[in-house]
Amino acid sequence: MLGSGGGGDPYIGKLMGIDALRKYGPVQLVSPDEISDDCLVVISAMMGAPTVMVEKLPRGTETVDAFLALQTYLDRTIDYTTAAEAGGLNSTTPFTLAARLRIPMVDADGMGRAFPEIQMVTPTMFGIAATPMAIADEKGNASIINTMDNRWTERLARTICIQMGTTAMIALFPMTGRQLKESMVAGTLTRAEHIGETIRQARQQHQNPIEALRTVTGGCELFRGKVADVQRRTETGFTRGEATFQGTDGWDGRQLTLRFQNEHLLAVRDGKVVASVPDLITVLDAETGEPVTTEGLRYGFRAAILGIPCDPKWRTADGLALVGPRYFNYDIDYVPVEERLAEKSARAFI
Amino acid sequence: MRIGIDVGGTNTDAVLMDGTRVVNWYKSPTTPDVSSGIISALQHVLQESQVPNHRILGVMIGTTHFTNAVVERKHVIPVAAVRIGLPATEALPPMVDWPADLRDTLGNHTYLVHGGHEFDGREIAPLGERELSEVAADIRRKGLRSVAITSVFSPVNHDMEERAAEILRQAAPGLFITLSHEIGRIGLLERENAAIMNACLSELAEHIVKSFRDALGRLHIDAPFYISQNDGTLMNADFAEKYPVLTFASGPTNSMRGAAFLSGVKEAMVVDVGGTTSDVGMLMHGFPRESSVAVAIGGVRTNFRMPDVLSFGLGGGSLVRENGAVGVGPDSVGYELTTRGLVFGGDTLTTTDVVVAAGYLELGEPGRVASLDRELVNRTLDEIQRSVDVAVDRMKMSAAALPVILVGGGSILIGRPIQGASEVLKPEHFAVANAIGAAIAQIGGEVDRVFSLENMTRDQALEHAKQEAVRTAIEAGADAASVQVVDVDEVPLTYLPSNAMRVRVKAVGDLVLSERPWTSGAADLS
Repeated sequence: MLGSGGGGDPYIGKLMGIDALRKYGPVQLVSPDEISDDCLVVISAMMGAPTVMVEKLPRGTETVDAFLALQTYLDRTIDYTTAAEAGGLNSTTPFTLAARLRIPMVDADGMGRAFPEIQMVTPTMFGIAATPMAIADEKGNASIINTMDNRWTERLARTICIQMGTTAMIALFPMTGRQLKESMVAGTLTRAEHIGETIRQARQQHQNPIEALRTVTGGCELFRGKVADVQRRTETGFTRGEATFQGTDGWDGRQLTLRFQNEHLLAVRDGKVVASVPDLITVLDAETGEPVTTEGLRYGFRAAILGIPCDPKWRTADGLALVGPRYFNYDIDYVPVEERLAEKSARAFI
Repeated sequence: MRIGIDVGGTNTDAVLMDGTRVVNWYKSPTTPDVSSGIISALQHVLQESQVPNHRILGVMIGTTHFTNAVVERKHVIPVAAVRIGLPATEALPPMVDWPADLRDTLGNHTYLVHGGHEFDGREIAPLGERELSEVAADIRRKGLRSVAITSVFSPVNHDMEERAAEILRQAAPGLFITLSHEIGRIGLLERENAAIMNACLSELAEHIVKSFRDALGRLHIDAPFYISQNDGTLMNADFAEKYPVLTFASGPTNSMRGAAFLSGVKEAMVVDVGGTTSDVGMLMHGFPRESSVAVAIGGVRTNFRMPDVLSFGLGGGSLVRENGAVGVGPDSVGYELTTRGLVFGGDTLTTTDVVVAAGYLELGEPGRVASLDRELVNRTLDEIQRSVDVAVDRMKMSAAALPVILVGGGSILIGRPIQGASEVLKPEHFAVANAIGAAIAQIGGEVDRVFSLENMTRDQALEHAKQEAVRTAIEAGADAASVQVVDVDEVPLTYLPSNAMRVRVKAVGDLVLSERPWTSGAADLS
């Protein structure tokens, strides 16, 4: 739901999280305003290829190894862990660490959605360094990385990750409580919990959950329709493509095109942009309310498409420079989704 | 001549075919011992058509037994699930995401040992041979008879699975052993699940294949017999005995292939209406379109190549209810239709009663439904039609109208045009499309090899593999003129000292049946 079409299938992450809770007991979740300004927090995440992760499953100790390696290097007790992103495998990765080490987890993440690279998190905008970071594999290898900026972190960590077998667990962005409060997206897990609850309740009552989902996410309904065409092509290691929807259920005779690269980037309705990255564009099964990833889109699929406002931090000049439409080669200005929909005549898309 | 048999949960259908002509068919209730139901159906077909046994050159059997065994948790045996992958994979042991009741039925015997490979062929760790000896001792102590062995990235390198089998076999002779790389692809949990399910079916497989053999033996039919698998090709009896899990989903595949054969149409939507559910699937080039997502069998996730089928609760025995709106299914009287349906003197309103009332067909005692409220009849027909329209639309690949083929005994329910259909075809013998699909199933040849790209290009390697697959299919009995490559799967093995690639190619063709009387054994189709 919050992955905006990307982040991969969360299946393995879900199983890991459930297993950790069963074996080690519940995880204590604290909200950012409950932690002290001078405490130390570290993000726990998985790095690598989801296609390898489905075959070489984790040992389960890698998150702990990375975390402890970083703690030893920093020579200071790390008080909390938290999440890098809200979509795919990484939304559940910190649970395995928090459960095993019995340390609390902060209800936050670095995106409020999913993005593919290390530097694409809100702390980058606040000058918070991804390093020192630790990376660990299942064999007992671990490494500490120090870099000059967060893009270099992505580059060097990716190289080590490939040598480790293209899956590794990382502990990074050591920051104080004060930095976390200022730079991270707060309340992500609570939000995800409400969303899950909404879908489940609607199903139990045999109701269509989409309107309830729109309300709970503060989103706007961009469209309802049926996939009429999907095109995909692989370019420079990314799956790019577009999906065209023909309107149904009150949107008859109209058309919406989604452009994606791992995540949905742009929604163009009747020739006009109605939502763009970094706002979330979420495609839901029109019947069940179940979110689908970009890989799951195919002809005939009936969908409701929501535009969900991103965290306000992304809506700044720094945020848009990092993950705005121009970073993904769309030469348009970012306009918040709710403003685009309010505009009488939305800008024509070139 | 050849015989196709579909052993379903409710009925056993037999069809006798002479080339492409359907000579005769018969539906008989499936019996608990399997073989008497087959014997009964075969006797009818052969006696009525007065065809002597020696003219039967091949018997093709489709069965849902193995799927049902897993779904119903019956006739499955405990399994030692051995995984080679430590120190990786420990977090999620075998059967981690299985329904607890099925896991308990299989006994929860899981073992993890060191070994496995990285995606690029490097070893994660050397194979834990001593650990395997301990596993063997435990297996013997517990008296387990069946083992599933799964190694990380065995689709890239299966040496460790083979070596582990050798160690276990030596220490505990007589074990049934399933190796994951022989039945699955990348995706550890899904491939391991398939291997474990295969292992738990090993005794049932022996029993069922023996029942088939006995039935044919008692009727003095000497022809070789084959069992159809999920991709629509045939396995010989010995192969099926080793890999029963490969029969999963052969039912919808056979119906769709049968529908293509009966109608002569190769690009169409097939709607197969049974007693309880309907399956809708898309035919492309005469074969079912495959599913692109994980398919669960009995609550267990798999990644088999399976037909992309949408099942919904409409069948000839579906209950019809009225409370405000009209509801049809998903519950059904199933095989009790002939006692519980109104037209058969029962007290339950079913879809069959409604279509009899509407005059679609004459069945049982139509007088018993003559007084049904017309409004209820019409609204039920509307609801039946709506569910079919929606299912067909959901399975379409493009907006263009395309032919819809109706098969299965329950397809009598559908009497109106279907939305988005260029035409609706209900071919002759539609009720036994499944058995016909089994009878015409093809024979395959598969190549699974690692090619070094030092001295050849990628295209040359693919070409080489394709030719070898075609040759294997022909050797297994396929008609050379009909053989086509249907599946090419390549796994690049980068980062190896020598640039290499693993290629898996499958070729299929029509089975040539020899006119000579068969003795036994037949071709090796594996």
